[in-house]
Amino acid sequence: MAETVSRLREPPLDYPDYKSTALRHPKQPLVYLPEQITELTGPQLGHLRPGTIDNDLTRQHAGEPVGERITVSGRLLDSDGRPIADSLIEIWQANAAGRYAHRWDRWPAPLDPNFSGGGRTVTDGEGRYRFVTIKPGPYPWGNHYNAWRPAHIHFSLLGRSFEQRLVTQMYFPGDPLFPHDPIFNSVRDPAARERMISRFSIDESQDNWALAYEFDIVLGGRAGTPIEEAF
Amino acid sequence: MAPAETPSQTVGPYLALCLPWEEGPVADPSGVRLAGRVLDGAGEPIADALVEAWYHDPPTFARCPTDDEGRWHVVVPRLPYLAVHVFARGLLRHLTTRVYLEQPGEDPVLAQVPAERRGTLMAQPSDDGYRFDIRIQGPPELETVFFDV
Repeated sequence: MAETVSRLREPPLDYPDYKSTALRHPKQPLVYLPEQITELTGPQLGHLRPGTIDNDLTRQHAGEPVGERITVSGRLLDSDGRPIADSLIEIWQANAAGRYAHRWDRWPAPLDPNFSGGGRTVTDGEGRYRFVTIKPGPYPWGNHYNAWRPAHIHFSLLGRSFEQRLVTQMYFPGDPLFPHDPIFNSVRDPAARERMISRFSIDESQDNWALAYEFDIVLGGRAGTPIEEAF
Repeated sequence: MAPAETPSQTVGPYLALCLPWEEGPVADPSGVRLAGRVLDGAGEPIADALVEAWYHDPPTFARCPTDDEGRWHVVVPRLPYLAVHVFARGLLRHLTTRVYLEQPGEDPVLAQVPAERRGTLMAQPSDDGYRFDIRIQGPPELETVFFDV
């Protein structure tokens, strides 16, 4: 039974189009994990991580970063549609030229002295969050000839339990690189891929200041659902 | 209608821009040290992985990125086991496992694991605490058991 579940899971762990999966996926079947209090609970880092709120990535240095200023906001929900309040959200991204401020990134696009690319915030009582940042650029990544990542922002979510943990990437609507990116397409269900794409909102955009993108995140897992409600 | 889940994507190679913090590996400064490496299917260290460990009582959370040799460590209270997540470039979803710091008696999770693979979930006593290597891929007797969560 557990194996059947594994096959349906997306994205797959073994995905040859993304070459780094070759030596980094288990070959043995995943083992069924019975419901246990350890995995049904989880860290509440909203209060634990020092210096938590840092949700304006354009104000971390003396000057403003180069690029298209945007806001990214939305709600963190469980799969019953209930908001997940007071939960840590961490993001990281490339700069406007598609370069990460990381010692391993050798792509010769310019670094931006005014952009580090990491941010964190905590959801409010309705599960809402908001970041101010700049739109990241696409960049080549060497997976295959002419391999370019669509612009994206990495998101890390803790949720209410260890089982709800999720790391994902948020994409921007209409990116011409979507058909060519194996990481995006590792999620084989087109409807599920759509759930990784933010929505542009003219209503949330602010006149003479920033364009707005909205991105709601839905966490699965058995956590947060009292057992009597599960059936 | 219930909303559908947001799919997982890899953390990529640059998670260190955000996820680690200085005290992240240390949940209890007077606790025990658990250290090891994250290894790929060729036995090579994975230098861009992140290990997270959790236990519910007392609530204990530690997070550590691997270094250039694939090494990670956490310092935690003396606990029977820890739930563990592993993230890395090349992992489209994170992996979930457990590390047992003492030989368990009846354990409903280990009961699901084929007897010949249970050893991959046992930390080994070392000079300065415990050692636990995470082999993402390997021969059946060495590859760490991962759970379907």
